[in-house]
Amino acid sequence: MIKVYASSVIDAPADSVWAQIRDFNGLPKWTSFVAESRIEGGLPADKVGCIRNFRLKDGGVIREQLLTLSDFDFQCSYSILESPMGVQNYVATLKLTPVTDGNRTFAEWWAEFDCAPERERDLAQSIGQGVFQTAFNSLKQLVR
Amino acid sequence: MIRVTRSAIIDAPIERVWAVLRDFNSHTAWHPVIAESAIENGEASDQVGCVRSFTLKDGNRLREQLLGLSDEDHISTYCILDATLPMRRYVATVQLKRVTDGNRTFWHWQSTFEAPRGREHEFAELVGNGVYEAGFEALRTYLRQSRPANAPAPRQSTRGAIRGHAIVIDRHGGADELKWREIQVAPPGPGEVRLRQTAIGVNYIDVYVRAGLYPLLSPPGTPGMEAAGEVLDVGPGVTGIQPGNRVAYACPPVGAYAQYRTMKADQLVVLPDAIDDETAAALMLKGMSAEYLLQRVHRVQRGDTVLVHSAAGGAGSLLCQWAKHLGATVIGTVSSEEKARAARAAGCDHPIVTAAGDFVARVRDITGGRGADVIYDAVGKDTLAGSLEALALKGHLVSYGESSGAPDPPALSALSAKSARFSRPVLFHYTADPRDLREIAGNVFDMVARGALKVDIRQRYPLAEAARAHLDLEARRTIGASVLLP
Repeated sequence: MIKVYASSVIDAPADSVWAQIRDFNGLPKWTSFVAESRIEGGLPADKVGCIRNFRLKDGGVIREQLLTLSDFDFQCSYSILESPMGVQNYVATLKLTPVTDGNRTFAEWWAEFDCAPERERDLAQSIGQGVFQTAFNSLKQLVR
Repeated sequence: MIRVTRSAIIDAPIERVWAVLRDFNSHTAWHPVIAESAIENGEASDQVGCVRSFTLKDGNRLREQLLGLSDEDHISTYCILDATLPMRRYVATVQLKRVTDGNRTFWHWQSTFEAPRGREHEFAELVGNGVYEAGFEALRTYLRQSRPANAPAPRQSTRGAIRGHAIVIDRHGGADELKWREIQVAPPGPGEVRLRQTAIGVNYIDVYVRAGLYPLLSPPGTPGMEAAGEVLDVGPGVTGIQPGNRVAYACPPVGAYAQYRTMKADQLVVLPDAIDDETAAALMLKGMSAEYLLQRVHRVQRGDTVLVHSAAGGAGSLLCQWAKHLGATVIGTVSSEEKARAARAAGCDHPIVTAAGDFVARVRDITGGRGADVIYDAVGKDTLAGSLEALALKGHLVSYGESSGAPDPPALSALSAKSARFSRPVLFHYTADPRDLREIAGNVFDMVARGALKVDIRQRYPLAEAARAHLDLEARRTIGASVLLP
């Protein structure tokens, strides 16, 4: 089991950042790497247990299930059901915390998963930087 | 139940911020509302369960206990045990998180507590703004000052020995034995710190040490008991002191006459802003002497008559000021009219100009034949017999130095003739426990900050000219305090 952690500071109040990311079907709106997304079975995107089925711009398809959604804690977590990444037992959490000094947002995103030992380093890099940090960067642009 | 939450981003790596915040007693070094603070019972300041007892600048006193500490999660949890503020069931948590985007630190500070009905808002503001937000800004300043942005960390840049100069004696003797020499200053070991000294105090005890009268220095070695300066780096296990802190000390072992010095951390006191380096160097030994002589060896009361020998000297002048502040009538002996004026300015009601120790009759005159209730005698051989004669019935004769040579001890029959007490105290026994040291030093700094105690630095010498400072002191040419500047 390895853990990948990324965090950033976003120059906007936490509730406005949260409004973007609480939409489990909203990845195409605020990330640069998701082409299209739908919620399976016609469920609402904030229904815990729902599954998002999305296609990356590079063509890969990923299915993820919403495990936790808390408007009180500004936090959501999800697991990967299917992906081309070669990971098992993947659970990720995205959490926002208000920074009272300057009315900004501290954003954290971490994932725990299993993979082949020789791929740990590459996956940690591609998830931590390629996914989480890249998404933080586009989020910063979006709320500016 | 009131809940207060504040958070901030600190522009420093989490390791650096946590190194400060995990130390439960560090707040005295960086938080502006803290006047003084100590960990009770000599426990380590990162010991879960330890209690910090501290005073705020507004005079309120609190005792807080460390309930939890996690180096893994960067969490410190603590509660208030007792406070002069009406806050109940206060539990606070400090948590740091790494901002991987930019190598910064997220600091979350939260508490819950109860306050008197109708005053909830007042206390929520006090805690949130006065303590937490003020703390964020103060720690930012502290981190900037303790390592300027344009300088590498001293802890790293000075890992090896530093070359500097110091005064060294090769054998006991006269002032001409004080030699200016290059030395190597080792990096701090466990429990030690390395200082860049900025001002060094000169005391008569340095003359005794140089001459071999006190067995505190086996040549070759460097004399000197007190100095102020800046912490360059700290060794393993040091808590409560950080690189960049302004500190001062007055303690054995000797070795203060140096540009740089590595020494034990537990005898250092962090200086408040109100005390500049020269004042600290001139004041630590003599000010703490005044405190323990007037408050601990003998508790001087309003209305007491106090006789201070060498009332214009460094220690004597502070004894006069403090004794006067306590409401005593102060009589002093001095060697010249000029010194009589200096003693009077220091609060001495009755300066007696005397060369040969013939002060007994004058003390009897001034006290209507009664004598002095307590006598502070650091002259020794020339004065001690007279001091005993000048003592009131049930008086206390305190011999705390011997600048004219070792006196004969008073005969028991002479003490019993007056039911007199005789003490031969040494400051360092009273300051050996770091808690006592900080209490005594804190009282001295308070007296200075309130303007009740002034140190009159009349002589400043380059450190290389320490011999001239000793010659002036031995020839009784000095008035007030002398400092050496590295």
